Amino acid sequence: MEYIIIIISAIFVNNIVLAQFLGICPFIGVSGKVETSVGMTGAVTFVMVIATIVTYLLQHYVLIPLGITFMQTITFILVIASLVQLVEIMLKKVSPSLYQALGIFLPLITTNCAVLGVAILAVQKDYNLLESVVFATANAIGFGLALIIFAGLREHLDMVNIPKAMKGVPIAFVTAGLLALAFMGFAGLV
Amino acid sequence: MNQWKNFSKGFFRENAVFVLFLGLCPTLGVTTSAINGLGMGLATTFVLVMSNLVVSIVKSQIPDKVRIPSFIVIIASFVTMVELVMQAYLPSLFEQLGLFIPLIVVNCLVLGRSEAFASKNNVGSSIIDGLGMGLGFAMALTILGSVREILGSGSIFGFKFIEGDGMLVFVLAPGAFIALGYLIVLINKINKKTA
Repeated sequence: MEYIIIIISAIFVNNIVLAQFLGICPFIGVSGKVETSVGMTGAVTFVMVIATIVTYLLQHYVLIPLGITFMQTITFILVIASLVQLVEIMLKKVSPSLYQALGIFLPLITTNCAVLGVAILAVQKDYNLLESVVFATANAIGFGLALIIFAGLREHLDMVNIPKAMKGVPIAFVTAGLLALAFMGFAGLV
Repeated sequence: MNQWKNFSKGFFRENAVFVLFLGLCPTLGVTTSAINGLGMGLATTFVLVMSNLVVSIVKSQIPDKVRIPSFIVIIASFVTMVELVMQAYLPSLFEQLGLFIPLIVVNCLVLGRSEAFASKNNVGSSIIDGLGMGLGFAMALTILGSVREILGSGSIFGFKFIEGDGMLVFVLAPGAFIALGYLIVLINKINKKTA
């Protein structure tokens, strides 16, 4: 039951993009086409879940016992940066086809604040290891959901006649606002 | 003259938020009020100036291949400093900004300036660039925060001048997207006229 609450709250009620404003850069940047958003979602899910596991273990078995929790930010970002590199190298060897598909998105993930944000949130909320994994997975799904819905909307927006000054990013923001408004309907679900 | 241009480009022509669309997560996340926007902007400015300074000093010592991780470590050190200082002296602001303080590390604006400017220019220009870009970022956040605070709760910097509740939606998440969208339209118009 607890896990279901974590999942629903992370995907719908506190959607990572539309309610918590994490990962806005890829949300605006790569959401032009549905295909690329699916690729980005895959890459983010992969890194987010692994990063949350590794940072959880580091926090509880290294930082807390040594009493150096103030090093959290530096440690976590280094872990994520090296993890992204590692995943890139491993994918290249193990599954070249997946590497081809995710290729260009992987380096971008280091600066995706959603990954660091979820890792820090999972620690702040005092989740245990399994809860952290569920939380990270659900957030990744929420990220993907928002990204793919939004990409679908933007593909249609390209064909609509809109004022010149609003073309491109401004109209994307207004659309994102309306999407966020729609997601607010889920409030009270949990 | 050249240094003045270097400083002023961050405000309009190359404003991080309105023109380059960098650092959008904190922009949307913390601007529920003008004071939060200003606080976040100034914290980012500090990190930006200091990391630009250090990067431009050590740039010739860093091997090209490990450039990005090195920059991130430098930035993360200054973010940790801001985090500790703010927790000690401005606990209420620290509480309000919450998660977004450690997330300055992954603000693409900071890493972007290290990579695009400080690693290629001398110390003086890098500091001025950091200061200009940072204050431009702070200005954008304060404007967005003011707009949302005025429309959402009828007050500015905490001073209430309209009775009642205002349009609550502007304090909530959707208002952030919509307000920023229309602000970008406005800046586009102004930039086009002056260009």
